[in-house]
Amino acid sequence: MDFALNDIQQMLQDSAAKFIQSDYGFEKRQHFVGSELGFNPKNWSLFADLGWLALPFSESYGGLEGSIIDLMVLQTELGKGLITEPYFANVILAGNVIQRHGSEEQKMDLLGSLIAGELKLALAAQETASLSELTNISTKAEKQRSSYQLNGFKPVVLGAVSANKIIVLARTSGEFGNSEGLSLLLVNPDQQGVSLNKYVTNDGNQAADITFKDVCIPFSEVVGIADTAFEAVRKVYNDAIVAISAEAVGVMEKLLSATVEYCKVRKQFDQPIGNFQVLQHRMADMFMECEQAKSMLYYAAIAVDSDDNADKAVSLLKIKIGAAGTAVGQSAVQLHGGMGVSDELDVGHYFKRISMINVLFGSYDDHLNQLVKQYQT
Amino acid sequence: MVNKMNIDFTEVEKKFELEVRAFFQNELPSEVKLAIESGMRLTKQQRVLYQQALFRKGWAGVNWPVEHGGTGWSAAQKYIFYNESANANAPRVIPFGLFMVAPVIYTFGNKEQQQRFLPDILSSKVWWCQGYSEPNAGSDLAAIKTKAVKQDNNYIVNGVKTWTTLAHLADWIFCLVRTDDSGKKQQGISFMLIDMKSPGVSVKPIITLDGLREVNEVFFEDVVVPKENLIGEEGKGWTYAKVLLTHERTNIAGVALSKQRLTQLYQMLNQPSSGLTDLTQNSVFMAKVLLTEVELKALEYTELRVLSAVSTGKAPGPESSILKIKGTEIQQKLDELYLEMAGIYALPYVPEQYDDEGIEPTGPFFAANTAPHYYNNRKVTIFGGTNEIQKNIIAKQVLGL
Ligand SMILES: Cc1cc2nc3c(=O)[nH]c(=O)nc-3n(C[C@H](O)[C@H](O)[C@H](O)COP(=O)(O)OP(=O)(O)OC[C@H]3O[C@@H](n4cnc5c(N)ncnc54)[C@H](O)[C@@H]3O)c2cc1C
Repeated sequence: MDFALNDIQQMLQDSAAKFIQSDYGFEKRQHFVGSELGFNPKNWSLFADLGWLALPFSESYGGLEGSIIDLMVLQTELGKGLITEPYFANVILAGNVIQRHGSEEQKMDLLGSLIAGELKLALAAQETASLSELTNISTKAEKQRSSYQLNGFKPVVLGAVSANKIIVLARTSGEFGNSEGLSLLLVNPDQQGVSLNKYVTNDGNQAADITFKDVCIPFSEVVGIADTAFEAVRKVYNDAIVAISAEAVGVMEKLLSATVEYCKVRKQFDQPIGNFQVLQHRMADMFMECEQAKSMLYYAAIAVDSDDNADKAVSLLKIKIGAAGTAVGQSAVQLHGGMGVSDELDVGHYFKRISMINVLFGSYDDHLNQLVKQYQT
Repeated sequence: MVNKMNIDFTEVEKKFELEVRAFFQNELPSEVKLAIESGMRLTKQQRVLYQQALFRKGWAGVNWPVEHGGTGWSAAQKYIFYNESANANAPRVIPFGLFMVAPVIYTFGNKEQQQRFLPDILSSKVWWCQGYSEPNAGSDLAAIKTKAVKQDNNYIVNGVKTWTTLAHLADWIFCLVRTDDSGKKQQGISFMLIDMKSPGVSVKPIITLDGLREVNEVFFEDVVVPKENLIGEEGKGWTYAKVLLTHERTNIAGVALSKQRLTQLYQMLNQPSSGLTDLTQNSVFMAKVLLTEVELKALEYTELRVLSAVSTGKAPGPESSILKIKGTEIQQKLDELYLEMAGIYALPYVPEQYDDEGIEPTGPFFAANTAPHYYNNRKVTIFGGTNEIQKNIIAKQVLGL
């Protein structure tokens, strides 16, 4: 048994921490949040140079063969910087699903360009908030003589705004709600019949709602084998939960350290507010929640890595992250007083991100309810 | 005859309830009604229109004594009024004039001040903001440093106020200022009314987590304030401010509003918008909703108990802290429930949608506002005296610890 990072993970952690500390200040971030692209394109090239874009992919496509544990280490550090570069959308969602389900040729082509930082992708799968409804896909692709005709709607597609290609989960056969009969299609956002309603999200990222109207998709643009994509998507979602929870742990650690620092310097009643015991206890609680969340993260990352009871493990993780994130985020704001709700200070932005992480990939309520239901039937 | 515990309304009160309901149905200005029905954010002008409708009906001064144009309502009547107001989805009255400075003026101001200020507050002609907090005087309010130095018939005011809600829309500000710094902190504080148009007053926005401007910094640079604008006695401002704070806290609880939001939540759960998960099937979520209902019902009765004690002649004491703490916790819990209901549609940030009717909503109309509202509303456990400070008050003043 060993929870220590190996040499490569240690290097990854150090380089990410250095990048966040020296190149990724909060003010710079805010500058790019307001820009059209929503992030700094120079950072994207840097991510490619550092090998981060290659991390989880096989060597045969130019990747580094990194594990989910490696991704976890990187994501936690990136979480501390509250980055808006669409790393998660490209590498952990879209690239991942190509690696899991694409044909050899597609992997060569798409992963190669993604790793080089030349191509950006987005995955448009989910249609409602509940993960138990992941197979409830209304988006349909009807087979015609030489192509599919795609119709439907995908809400809140992360990374869609900067993506050159969008990978769409659509029903190509079978009944609504079945896990069989779902396919992934590569769609060009400029293609006729595709319209994107773009917006900034409540945590400073970018996303879009996408409508497909009679979009013509040649058979060559089907990812891997048609009708069998669901299993890959489900696995990607398990990875995604670990990765976003890792980010959440980074966010929580920042919320804790910022709050402790603030309570040491903010004075009221002629003393640092950190002298007040209620606040001390509240910070002790925050600390314990962070540690518990991190332990859960390790547990689930190992379970996913070894494919051992992974579905339940990620649900347990997301529940813990939901509870801890809410408690730590709300406490951080409360202990900052008015400063906590001001847009000027970074702490509120970490709170915003942690709150949106709870909404994504099944909320606390959603995962907990799924587990409860398993005992009811 | 034995007095039986009950909350039954008398015949008179039942009639009153119908009258209030009719008012909200028929006399809410149509422009305001339309804006509310379509879920738009109200402009200042629309809020004035609404508050003036209340004024014309004689219902603007809910808590005011009759001799100053108030309603003189009983606790039951106020309860009825707030419930009907919430049920009609009517806006909350902006509290700074009608609920906050007015009680200080009619309780501690002189005749001349009462005649000068109260009518314009009652008719919502003049808008007020509250200048208490300063960068280094938040929870420790008595640490304020804004100085007012007497010079002939005036005070010269210098200093900074912060977190001043709606200062950018206000005509006047009521301030706590330091007129003496020789004794204890609480002494030497005075209560002063300042015209925002006075030379030397400037206002700078503070943007909150919802990306909007609601609060401000207010700077005073050699501002000349006539000594007639001092309320009561010099150095007694702390006492006056504390009286005001109990009013403020009772108002912050927002029980009727939370009841209305809960009712609406149930309605929306029963008819989920397309694209949303049916959360009635989620027992974890439903348990949270019901636990919120439990807390809210208890608080409704706590508030009734507090209010009925007031109406039989007792003052709202430190117990008003319960209303503030529990009321704000419930409001924030409701924010979480709404956020959950919005699902992934909580992510888009499109505030324009609530200012301009031409904009196509992203997802169900209500959804895009749930996260900004959740973020912004973290303020309710912070302002009006933080909930930690309220618990200190309960521990010291109620429990005698
Ligand atoms: C949106 C918003 C609107 C506002 N509007 C107005 C307005 O219109 N006018 C106005 O005058 N003010 C306004 N305020 C200011 C508000 O009253 C103050 O923010 C509040 O009093 C807290 O002060 P602070 O922000 O300086 O926090 P601090 O006092 O610095 O508190 C920081 C933390 O320390 C805790 N703490 C402090 N002292 C103690 C103690 N003794 N024991 C235990 N815990 C303690 C607090 O509970 C809090 O968690 C507003 C604030 C906000 C956020």
